[in-house]
Amino acid sequence: MSLRRGRRRPGERVIEALLVVAAAVSVATTVGIVVALVEPTVEFFAEVGVVEFLTGDRWTPTLDPRSYGVLPLLTSTIISTFIAVAIAIPLGLGSAIYLAEYASGRTRKALKPLLEILAGIPTVVYGFFALFALNSVLRSIWPGTDQPDFQNILVASIVMGIMIVPTVASLSEDAMTAVPESLRAGAYALASSKMQVAVRVVLPAAVSGIVASFVLGLSRAIGETMIVTIAGGLSSDHIELNPLRAAATMTAFIANIGQGDVPVDSLDYRSIFAVGSLLFGFTFALNALSIRLVRRFREVYE
Amino acid sequence: MTAPPAVLAAPAPSDPGAALTRRRVRVGETLFRLALLSCLVVAFAFLVWIVAFAIYRGWDRLDARLWENMPTGRVSRIEGAGVQSAITGTLWVIGTTALICLPIGILAAIYLEEYANNERWYNRLLELNIQNLAGVPSIIFGILGLGVIARAMGLGFTVLTASLILALLVLPIVIIATREAIRAVPQSIRQASYALGATRWQTISRQVLPIAVPGIATGSILALSRAIGEAAPLIMLGAVTYITFNPNGLDSAYTVLPVQIFSLVIEAQAGFQRLGAAAIVLLLGLLLLMNSLAIVVRNRFQKRW
Repeated sequence: MSLRRGRRRPGERVIEALLVVAAAVSVATTVGIVVALVEPTVEFFAEVGVVEFLTGDRWTPTLDPRSYGVLPLLTSTIISTFIAVAIAIPLGLGSAIYLAEYASGRTRKALKPLLEILAGIPTVVYGFFALFALNSVLRSIWPGTDQPDFQNILVASIVMGIMIVPTVASLSEDAMTAVPESLRAGAYALASSKMQVAVRVVLPAAVSGIVASFVLGLSRAIGETMIVTIAGGLSSDHIELNPLRAAATMTAFIANIGQGDVPVDSLDYRSIFAVGSLLFGFTFALNALSIRLVRRFREVYE
Repeated sequence: MTAPPAVLAAPAPSDPGAALTRRRVRVGETLFRLALLSCLVVAFAFLVWIVAFAIYRGWDRLDARLWENMPTGRVSRIEGAGVQSAITGTLWVIGTTALICLPIGILAAIYLEEYANNERWYNRLLELNIQNLAGVPSIIFGILGLGVIARAMGLGFTVLTASLILALLVLPIVIIATREAIRAVPQSIRQASYALGATRWQTISRQVLPIAVPGIATGSILALSRAIGEAAPLIMLGAVTYITFNPNGLDSAYTVLPVQIFSLVIEAQAGFQRLGAAAIVLLLGLLLLMNSLAIVVRNRFQKRW
């Protein structure tokens, strides 16, 4: 047998081709999403002007007079995302610092699976909890006369914040664990306290990973559907700035209209895709940002 | 720490180390530590509260009626109703999802880890694409299912459509987990295999994959447990109806547990909500089982190099 030339192995080539096809499925998925969104969206904008869509302050596709201004959906999406992130960031970052810098190896090993379980709770369960448990507590302790509605953005956002804590915590913890031990040792040698090391050395060194975890949390909050559908309400006939009222987010609208059997050739059907395109655009931009940031912290220390 | 101003000639303390090792009480430090700990405590308190509330609400419906009887939309019959069609529906859909996404995900991961040349633009694009897909909201996958698979491809609202969409949804999780498991196999094992004249695929299939199995299994279980809890894409794919029969094939109408829970808890009557809470306990139990299985596999079988 000659050593000079490799034998041809058709089997090896076939397998490689099969692997490439499997890998291509994920690309096909993205293409499929874009294709699914684009055509009905274009048809939608043939009937509804882009300006009316982006600046109108009434979203009433199923009520006469029909109106397709996306601002009410957009406003409640932004408000709910903001509240959720305002809860998830401190809780998630605090948990991450504790796990990365304070907890002993054993404690960490016991606590991390618990966070994974919190991350694994289905969102319908969170929605059920928000509507029936947290909201009744909120309404009973609410000071003043302006009581929260039966469904409201506030309660949905708080629970959404809790849901996102594990996302923020695990990515931030990864980033902090990736900070080399020598930086900590250097700071201790200069007589820093534990808190000083955590806040002034580890946090700044891990900042891109931590910001990436915030961005990812933001993207999850924007895309979260079941919690806001169950507990946030479905009204969208005006811009609602008060989180104590019920209001539909973009995702809640899609889920609500999409669950009925909508006639394919209707404007209702196309409006799902128009709002979907907007949602996809937002999350795509945020994901791209977080991927860039994560890459940066990987490059620095690995 | 307030040592008395010592007279210069005073003898040094017998153990100078004592002053250095003694813990100073720093209020700021302690408060900071407590604040961090309370973040974790708040998160876990919610975990306990969520589980306890579901058990409390669903307690009187947690019996054989839950899995022996079919759902109903009628208030008068709700006390005798269960969620059997949703349980069988979940088993059908998740079983099919596993058959679709595990082979594709594992093969794609093998390509990316063992074959792909990272210098090539298309491989980098592939990688970026998978990372981005992992962050696409699940409701968007519902739109993909509605527009492309159910309508354009004409598969309708069936078990197969639901499984295809869930498979695509969790594919990035399977790929990422499998890649990590493959990457953890030391390079020396591959080199030893090549040195003995094995081909690339022989090396992968006989050396690398067997070692990576525990990691792949863990990732696959976690991916499927994500799929089991997913409701948003399926409510757009025809699962929101009271189905009173078990699915009997891939082209059958279906519902699944999370969607059944959704339809039950948004009903106004308490009877529906109690049944929904009982179904939640069932779903959480199933997920806990899968999560523990994943942890056991990870801890028992994974080799460290």
